[in-house]
Order: sequence, then C-alpha cells, then structure tokens
Amino acid sequence: MPETVEIEVKGLNFHYAGDIHALKNINLSVHRNAVTALIGPSGCGKTTLLRCFNRMHDLYPKHRYEGEILFQGTNILANGTDLINLRSRIGMVFQKPTPFPMTIFDNISYGLKLTGIRKRADLSEKVESALRHAALWDEVKDKLNASAYDLSGGQQQRLVIARALAVNPEVLLFDEPTSALDPISTSKIEELAGVLKKEITIVIVTHNMQQAARISDWTGFLMLGELIEFDRTEKIFTAPSEKLTEDYVTGRFG
Amino acid sequence: MSFAVITAFASFTVIVLIIGILYVLIAESSLAAGRFGVIKFITSTDWDPVKESFGALTNIYGTAVTTVLALFMAIPVGIGIAIFVTEISPNFLKGPIGVAIELLAAIPSIIYGMWGLFTLSPIMSNYVEPFLKKAAAGLPLVNILFQGTPMGIDILTASVILSIMIIPFTASISRDSFNLTPAVVKESAYALGATKWEVVKNVVVPYSKLGVFGGIVLSLGRALGETMAVAFVLGNNHRITTSLLDAAATITVTLANEFAEADKDVYLSSLFYLALILFVMSFITLAIAKFFLLRAERKYSR
Repeated sequence: MPETVEIEVKGLNFHYAGDIHALKNINLSVHRNAVTALIGPSGCGKTTLLRCFNRMHDLYPKHRYEGEILFQGTNILANGTDLINLRSRIGMVFQKPTPFPMTIFDNISYGLKLTGIRKRADLSEKVESALRHAALWDEVKDKLNASAYDLSGGQQQRLVIARALAVNPEVLLFDEPTSALDPISTSKIEELAGVLKKEITIVIVTHNMQQAARISDWTGFLMLGELIEFDRTEKIFTAPSEKLTEDYVTGRFG
Repeated sequence: MSFAVITAFASFTVIVLIIGILYVLIAESSLAAGRFGVIKFITSTDWDPVKESFGALTNIYGTAVTTVLALFMAIPVGIGIAIFVTEISPNFLKGPIGVAIELLAAIPSIIYGMWGLFTLSPIMSNYVEPFLKKAAAGLPLVNILFQGTPMGIDILTASVILSIMIIPFTASISRDSFNLTPAVVKESAYALGATKWEVVKNVVVPYSKLGVFGGIVLSLGRALGETMAVAFVLGNNHRITTSLLDAAATITVTLANEFAEADKDVYLSSLFYLALILFVMSFITLAIAKFFLLRAERKYSR
C-alpha cells in the first residue's frame, strides 16, 4: 500500500458562528490512493472535519479555522487560497443525491464547462468517461438528454459521483453517501470506492461501521469534536488502543 | 356547532359573491353583447358614445401594452432584488430590504397615481422621454415607438408606474422561490468549483423557475387590474397608437372615467361588457399562476 500523505491536518480547531468549538486540536494524515473513513456518534464533528477539506464552511458567515491543513504540502487554510481551484481538485459527494435541475448530460458536463471546456466533442468524451468511471454509463447511455430527476436514488448518487469525477479531482470527499440508499445501491457505491481509490484519494464520513470496516484502509474515530483514535482500519476494528474506540466499534454506545 | 355554522356561512359567502358578481356582469352586459356580439366587440376599435358604437379593442390594446411593458421593466429588477437578497446580500441587509419591498407593496395605488402625476410625469416629459426620442431617432422601427411630443401623460409613464407597483410581487415571490432551493444542491455546485454567479445562474434560477414564473403571472394579474395609478398618467384616449409617448386607454381606466357620463343604456352596458372581459382575463391569468405555483410546490416537496 502506498504511503504518500495527500492531506495532513495539523492542530486543527474549528469554530462555528456563535463560537461553538466543533473541532478540537485534530491531527491526522490522509494517505494517497487509500480510503480514509471518519466515524463517530452524531454531532462528533466528522462531517465538520470533512467540510474543512474543501473549505465548504466558507459559504456561511462567522466560522473560524485555526491550525493547518496541508494539501500536497500547501496550507489550504491560508488567506488567499483560491477556493474555486481548491474545490475543483477536492470534490465532494453529499448525503442525499443532489442532481441539478438539468439533463443527465448537462449535470456531468456542468463542472467541465466551469473549467472552460466548451467543445461538444470534448464534453461528450469526458462525460462518457466519467459515467463509465461511476459505473452508470450502461444504464444511462440511451437517455443522456433525460432529466436527472428521472433516475432512481442510487443512480442519482452515482450520477453525482460521476459529476464530481468529471473534473478530474485528486481527492473525493464522501459525506455519508449511502445513508439514503437501498442495500444494492449501497454496495454498488462501496464497490466503486474500492475501484476509484486506485486513481484518487477518498475520505468518507459514515454512520455505518460495517461500511467503514469493509471499504476503508484508515479510520479516524471522533467524539465530541476530538479525534480519539486514528489508525489502520483493521487495527481500529480488531485491536483499538483506546477504550472509547473499542466501546464504540463493538456497539456499546453510539 | 354554531361556530361551524358561522365559519361555513362565511366561506359560502365568498362563493355566492363570485357568482353574484359574475351574474351582474353578464346580465348588465347582455344589451351590448346582443348589439355587438363577442368577436365584433373585441375586435372593434370604435368607442363612440355619440354614434353609440362601442368596441373593446383600444382598451384591450392599452391594457396589454402597459402590462407587457411594465412586466418587461419589473421582471429584471424584481429578480435582481431577489437574487441579491437571497444569495449576495450580507445578513444584516436582508431584513431591511425585505421590509422595504413589503412596504412598497403596501402603498395604496392612489398614492402611486399622485406621485406619478406630480413627480414622475414631469421627469418623464422633461428628461427621459426627450432622451429616448433622441436616442431612437436614428433607429428604424424603434423610432416608431417614440413619436410625438413627450407630454409625460402616456403609455410609457403609465408602464413605469405599473412596473414599480408590481416589482414587490415579482421580488418577494422570486425570493421565496429562490429560498426553496435546497442548500445542499447549491453546495454541490460550489463543491465543483462554481462561483456565486454560476451557482445563481445555473442552479438557483433553473431550480426555482416554476415559482418565479408563477410570481410573474401573479404580477401580470395585478398589472391587468390596476386602475387608479394608471388613470392619473395614461390620459384617456380611445385610439390605437404605435408610439409609447401617446395617451391611451386601458379597460380599468375607461371604467373608472366613464361610468359617470354613461347616459345611454348601451353605453353603460358596453362598460359592463368591458368589465366582464377584464374579469375573464384576470381569471385566466390567476388560473395560470396557480397552476405553475402548485406545480412548483409539488416539485419542491418531493
């Protein structure tokens, strides 16, 4: 397994508006071409942490970051970070499928157009490749001009993944991507994560501990804004160092 | 029990009123309807109390032109306000702007009329209209729209007043529709590296277009029925003119101005006939607006 660090979090503190201290001194390393899972009870800060990686919090007023997040060595929390560029390199997939009110084709090509690609042939080629990547091509190739809303929930979620993949991100953030999906769709997305990590780095927030155990290489366990333990997944689930982690992964609370 | 009876009675009153109004309109207009027929009345430009020959076309034309022009001016401003308030404005400005929009809607229309006559009309005739006339002078087709002496009492001024009156409707309904765009859909666009403008243009506006369209049609209904503000600044001229600098007549203005002088039965009946036409136009408009707003609601609630 490759050991290059893609994202390094150093002494990260995060406050929401109203001085709510949501993340407390987080330190961890996200490894390249691996799946890193963030688990923990509701409100533990795992989604908050995920949303720091693409500075999603910046859409809302009065948040505060302290510390550093080094993405390929550059601190993305520094003033003057180009958020547009950052977000095109670190994509995100949300809890519920979020297709745009457009056709399937336009959904995928949307991000490409943002980067300035206009030629229909180029777009078509990249749309096909993104849909193939997301294992959706065979299901939608005959109805690219249909509304994205016509797809099932699981298909919509893969569409959204394809949309994120189309702009060639280096990292993909998943925020509980399967919590609104049925088991079959869920396993398709999990399979996909395993394939995608060969090319990109994945960070996934999940409520489902079996999912974390199945698909991730590294796992971080958070509670009340603190990172209790971060280690290889098999260690977290078989021989955790912390009592709290053990209690959580064995289902004693949470 | 008595409570149920009272509320039921109140509700049925509404239905009885609508039927009653419609009945009076039809009954009173039957004389004119019998004399001029439907098609002939709607397509005739006559409005001649002396010869007792009446047609609705000049009024329908005036109503349509002022309404369309008003929408043309109000829609970009209203949607612009909505975009600013929902997506761009800092939080501390959202409240005051929202209140200002609602106040604009609360001003009685007669006050708009007075303001139009004493303030807007001189501004239009002294500055805006001469400027437009000069600017359009060299342009074929466009110059037809700006012929005649700028008097300030004309289609253009009336349309401006109307547009100011319907901006609050367009703005507040658009704002409500924009607010229904789920935050997570907007976030998805931002997560792809979209700028604020790209999110508004490609996600928020398409997502809420049904609601916005419904709001526009509601504004249209309001513009169709507006009387007092327009009566002050439109003149009362039963001719179809191509120039926006000419006076004209709308259905509402004709009704407001001419009931007092309608001394003959067929004159009075023709006015009722006009009112019936307006009733139908407004009804259709409202039905279309409801249709789109309902569809929008169903789409969001999915």
